[in-house]
Amino acid sequence: MTTTNRAAEAISARGVRKSFGKHLVLDDASLAVADGTIFALLGPNGAGKTTMVRIASTLIRADAGEVRVGGHDVAADPDAVRALIGVTGQFSAVDNYLTGEENLRLMADLRHLGRRAGRARIAELLERFDLTDAARKPASAYSGGMRRRLDLAMTLVGDPAVIFLDEPTTGLDPRSRRTMWQIIRELVTDGVTIFLTTQYLEEADQLADRIAVLDHGRIVAEGTPAELKSRVPGGHVTLHFAEPRALRSAAGVLGGATPDADQLTLQVPGASVASLRRMLNSLGDSGIDVEHLSVHTPDLDDVFFAVTGHATADPAEQEALAP
Amino acid sequence: MTSLTRTLADSATMLRRNLKYQLRYPSLTLMLAGLPIVFLLLFVYVFGGQLGAGLGGHGAAGGHGTAHPDRGAYLDYVVPGILVMTVASVALGTAISVATDMTTGIIDRLRTMAIARAAVLTGHVLGSVLQTLVILVLVTGVSLAIGFRTSASPLQWLAAAGALALFAFALIWLSAALGLAARSVETASNTPMFLTLLPFLSSGFVPTASMPAGLRQFAAYQPFTPVIQTIRGLLAGGPVGAHAVAAIAWSAGIALVSYVWAVRLYNRRRAATPN
Repeated sequence: MTTTNRAAEAISARGVRKSFGKHLVLDDASLAVADGTIFALLGPNGAGKTTMVRIASTLIRADAGEVRVGGHDVAADPDAVRALIGVTGQFSAVDNYLTGEENLRLMADLRHLGRRAGRARIAELLERFDLTDAARKPASAYSGGMRRRLDLAMTLVGDPAVIFLDEPTTGLDPRSRRTMWQIIRELVTDGVTIFLTTQYLEEADQLADRIAVLDHGRIVAEGTPAELKSRVPGGHVTLHFAEPRALRSAAGVLGGATPDADQLTLQVPGASVASLRRMLNSLGDSGIDVEHLSVHTPDLDDVFFAVTGHATADPAEQEALAP
Repeated sequence: MTSLTRTLADSATMLRRNLKYQLRYPSLTLMLAGLPIVFLLLFVYVFGGQLGAGLGGHGAAGGHGTAHPDRGAYLDYVVPGILVMTVASVALGTAISVATDMTTGIIDRLRTMAIARAAVLTGHVLGSVLQTLVILVLVTGVSLAIGFRTSASPLQWLAAAGALALFAFALIWLSAALGLAARSVETASNTPMFLTLLPFLSSGFVPTASMPAGLRQFAAYQPFTPVIQTIRGLLAGGPVGAHAVAAIAWSAGIALVSYVWAVRLYNRRRAATPN
């Protein structure tokens, strides 16, 4: 029995199981998150992501397995874990009847920051999250993006060492999503550890140092974004040509490409900027005219198909999701 | 920070949150005050003349303030009952507000924070006790306006207020526990309903002596009767001793059991939002 707290691991989960009634939500899930990194748990709706966050953040107990946060067992010593963490849930955790400022004050008071330190922290967070103008409006009047920012600001009041972000950008418009990403990136520069769940491969790719893919309660793949994407065959460029001769010359110049003589297209593997530049350079050097091109980047569906052999939304899962 | 000062500080923070709600949405407080006032007017002006005639000098010396001597006597008799009924009907609101609060995301956030265990509930309960005291002042004001008179000294008023606050504290903890035990806000608004019925099955509206045997025994031994008799004794100058002891014992007992139950339910509760 080892009880050493590996300081390098901010979060570790071993063999976590959880079921609600007959429905097994987490099935022997294990993962490790290094200190000061961003870890993304990627998976479709109903995969068990939120359940994992709820267990690690002391909201619910696992049926079996062990989860440690900052070296503390979440089941045996929940208060020690609570002192370290901040949680921003998928479902907004702000008090609708209070103003943005009052919500932050509530957090500052519960963190025992003291009047002066609390006031300074609140002003700083309102400023940082662009909420100063809306500070005195009730949270119920906030837009989706503002609520999410207030939610995260409330999480940060106590300077948590480990932050759980459960689908932080689900339901946000693209601009708010970018803002949120920027905020999350800035957080790790302060040295905190971030555990985020997402349905979007792009989001995990943009933010995470490591990604684990969760499917039906099991971790089916784990690695850096690059490692994960290398397992996905879906990234490719499709070149469209005006006439068959150009297609033939291009196929000759670009090795490993798949021509389609009927459609006059050529599918070239690899969709990175570097490979794209190389490809365009060789086409230019050979004087081949390309009518237009389309880039297909791998998405969650591709990753899923690659690591599980089935698509993200199978009928059985839809059924399990039905209330 | 010791655990006691932490508990006090966190409870005060949560109390401030609840008071902010009450000040921002005063209509709820006014609605809760409305019910006992309607019952007061109904019992005094509709039934009062007849019921007062049946008291047979049971109440304080009647005939002042109102044209009808029997109605005046009944007003003096029924006000302690109405005050205790006020406590019960305001307590009802706590079950609803606790159950509603538990469905919101903010509670999940609070449960992931290292704050004193009972602080969320204590905030609700103390907020409701203060709300009850405000509503009791309103109801007493209406009673005095329609002719209620008492010979009570300031000390007796204070003792009556203390007895009512203690009983409110007990019923509000009970209501908070019922609100936590309810699976939905709708259930939470129904389960504590018996609290508004109990004042009728006590000495609140008619003397228990006029009831049939089984009911009379129930009325004599249920907690509302000693509380009402204590208030009546303090305001109308009747005997208080044994009733006051029973009232304090009931209040302390209900508060303790409900507190333990409520805190257990709060800690064991599953997260509010779906997976």
